[in-house]
Amino acid sequence: MLRFVLKRLVSLSLSLVVASVVIFLFVEVVPGDPAAFMLGLNATEDTLAALRDQLGLSGSLIERYLSWVGGMLRGDFGTSYTYRTPVSEMIADRMWISLPLALYALTLSTLIAFPAGIWAASKRGSLADVSVMGLTQLGVAIPNFWFAMLMVLVFAINLRWFSAGGFAGWDAGVYPAMKSLTLPAIALALPQASILARVMRSSLLDTLSEDFIRTARAKGLTKRQALWRHALRNALIPVLTIIGLQFSFLLAGAIIIENVFFLPGLGRLVFQAISARDLIVVESVVMLLVFAVIVVNFAVDIAYAAVDPRLRVRG
Amino acid sequence: MTETGFLRAALRSRSLVLGAVLTAVFVLAAVVSFLWVPHDVAMLDIPNRMKGPDGMHPLGTDHFGRDILSMVMVGARTSIAVAVVAVGIGMVLGVPLGLAAAARKGSLLDEVIMRGNDLVFAFPSLLIAIMITAVFGASALNAIIAIGIFNIPVFARLTRGAALSLWTRDYVMAARVAGKGAARISFEHILPNVTNLLIVQGTIQFSLGILAEAALSYVGLGAQPPLPSWGRMLADSQTMISIAPHMAIFPGLAILLTVLGLNLMGDGLRDLFDPKIRRVGR
Repeated sequence: MLRFVLKRLVSLSLSLVVASVVIFLFVEVVPGDPAAFMLGLNATEDTLAALRDQLGLSGSLIERYLSWVGGMLRGDFGTSYTYRTPVSEMIADRMWISLPLALYALTLSTLIAFPAGIWAASKRGSLADVSVMGLTQLGVAIPNFWFAMLMVLVFAINLRWFSAGGFAGWDAGVYPAMKSLTLPAIALALPQASILARVMRSSLLDTLSEDFIRTARAKGLTKRQALWRHALRNALIPVLTIIGLQFSFLLAGAIIIENVFFLPGLGRLVFQAISARDLIVVESVVMLLVFAVIVVNFAVDIAYAAVDPRLRVRG
Repeated sequence: MTETGFLRAALRSRSLVLGAVLTAVFVLAAVVSFLWVPHDVAMLDIPNRMKGPDGMHPLGTDHFGRDILSMVMVGARTSIAVAVVAVGIGMVLGVPLGLAAAARKGSLLDEVIMRGNDLVFAFPSLLIAIMITAVFGASALNAIIAIGIFNIPVFARLTRGAALSLWTRDYVMAARVAGKGAARISFEHILPNVTNLLIVQGTIQFSLGILAEAALSYVGLGAQPPLPSWGRMLADSQTMISIAPHMAIFPGLAILLTVLGLNLMGDGLRDLFDPKIRRVGR
């Protein structure tokens, strides 16, 4: 197990290094002078020089890369050009919206998908199965930002149960804050729940057709008992993989959904930074999100290996 | 299977027929829009803005009085073009990479290709798009590149996996004995046998491409005005949703139905190509 973890750690670090190089080079290939690109046409020579200094454009390519990465490792993400505040502070503020939103959506998606998938699998071929599968087809095909807009139309504008956007703030209390995250979380969760329900169903059907289930039935267990006591646990492995993968979709999807609901999270930050050409912020937030995705996938790998010893050898 | 037998099986598959019909409707709308649209999409008609559906404008008008049906038809062009080119990029680059990785399994080339794939997968596609547009500016072309890049590992991985199992077949062995090189075997014997898989995956990626283009255009990173696009129509409708909900409903329905059609078609084709898995709608 230790060897497996070490091997994974090496590949994790390699991915992070390559990802940071890619992101760094991306910003480096901005045609011409990044400072001029960020400041636009009317910049004076003084402000250009000041920004170049601030961006650390004085050293060589490698020096600049190392100082960027070194800074991030110390928690220093540089200073936003437009906001004149440390990027780390801006990220920390907005993380308290984006992260709870992604986790809220992940929870909802799991809570919807598990019962739906199990129900459909246990009643295979029935009307219930066909309806659940039909609904998941719709759930996968619906653009989540459009679904979000429709929910605003129904639940915020017509029924007035929720506000149409904005964030109440954690200071206002947990309930108002969670309430303002509810519609966004549902919008984010819907497509993911549909995918997860389909995976749950097919994985459970595969497991139910295996020999050990037949043995359990032969021993006198009812279909129901066999499903809950034996099949479910074994069917969970592919489901866990998908949950891990979905986290990255949720983080990225949150970027769009935050824009629908005017939530001041990381996604809004990225878009504001893009329109203000604040590349320091774009670079850092993207790196942070990629870091989160890579680390979550690493954690999922380790979690499986702990659950299923067979995977340690293969991995 | 004979040709008529294949066609008969295709017509029996409900999801395939429904999916193909839905897809055909939107492809047709896009093609027809080149020759004819009910109203000129560049023409503003402010007195008639935000009108609900009526005889003149079956889907109503937008905030500039433009006909929404015409905009949806022209928008289909943008969506389909972006998605087709993005899938094309993924196939043209991904398939040869996958074939090469399988032909030289375990080699450094294989390792580099597969690790490169993992890396692209680690970047959520939307982030790639954001990086590209942050640096090079927002445009339909950059959206195509961003979506296309993400398609490369999808096709590379699929091709490699399928090709690996084909390399152990007897007819490939026979071709090797006959003196054919790895490249020739890959293109003459492996590729034709993975085509079905590629078509099915292509359909799925096509639908994902349409969703991605819509999302990018919605946040202003995709197609730019005056190019009509479903995602931008939705963005425009957002602030007016309480007074003119039809502006939001129809472009969204267009996306939903196109994506649904492609997904159903993909499912149907997969079942058709692989009669072993006659799954009950997996």
